[in-house]
Amino acid sequence: MAVTALALARVRNLFAVVMMSGIFSLTAAALYVVQDAVDVAFTEAAVGAGIATVLGLATLAVTRSEAEKKVRAVAFGPLLLVIVTGAALIYGTLDMPDYGDPAAPIHGHVAPRYLADSEKETGVPNVVTSVLASYRGYDTLGETTVILTAACGVLMLLGRNRRQKRNAPTRDSAA
Amino acid sequence: MNRFAILRVVAKLLIPAIMLFALYVQFHGDFGPGGGFQAGVIFASAFILYALLFGVVTARKVAPPRLINTTLALGVLVYAGTGFAALLRGGQYLDYSVLAHDAVHGQHLGISLIEFGVFMTVSSAMITIFFVFAGQDVDEGQD
Repeated sequence: MAVTALALARVRNLFAVVMMSGIFSLTAAALYVVQDAVDVAFTEAAVGAGIATVLGLATLAVTRSEAEKKVRAVAFGPLLLVIVTGAALIYGTLDMPDYGDPAAPIHGHVAPRYLADSEKETGVPNVVTSVLASYRGYDTLGETTVILTAACGVLMLLGRNRRQKRNAPTRDSAA
Repeated sequence: MNRFAILRVVAKLLIPAIMLFALYVQFHGDFGPGGGFQAGVIFASAFILYALLFGVVTARKVAPPRLINTTLALGVLVYAGTGFAALLRGGQYLDYSVLAHDAVHGQHLGISLIEFGVFMTVSSAMITIFFVFAGQDVDEGQD
């Protein structure tokens, strides 16, 4: 994944960038499977590696932009900022509990109750589904609304433009 | 039209399987990994595969933007409506326990309904976004 990420930042060919972000997503999905998060892995593989790659390719077909101007000079200000932020983030992770630590705060809050009672209360064996759909129903409603908004945004930006702006000049030129 | 003959034949075999798998993911989400979101994405990918091979114009005939736009909004409506149905039956918003005669059945019904809402919105959104993006050059060509 680190290799893919580095290559992603270096490569200037946008086709390669799309392909490599797909590879990155697929590796991430495999990582999630290793960590027993199959639901997340499923989504990552379908959305990140599948749909996002196809959308990226579709965008490339429209824009046809190849490599943009190369940046040669190293900008030291932003580089310093990135290094400081990265160091702060890594410093922050030092205080986090070890991976899989049963005493971690997240395992002591509502998780045990969900795991113990979810099947009895909802009749759904998959706890991920019951948490997403029932206990955290508001969050999922919000997510669905976000997706609706995203589609509406795309429609407004590109769907309308297509009919009005693209048609208008041709009519003018015909007249 | 004979270009990509093999791809087209294979895709025609695959598309029903993809759709069926999407429905399996949808309805099996209670027991295994999956749910409305993943199922919606897989269902949309069947349409995207069709659009890739047979052109966006043909695909728009199969899934007219008007229908897709309707299901796009209808999904959120079903989700929010389930919440209001719970409200009307005397429970709290999105409290599915009151939807049926006993709590577990109500939860089951509520989860199925909202997952279906998520499925509709997600699949329509993905199809819409792809059609709009991929349709750009097609529409330019038609002008």
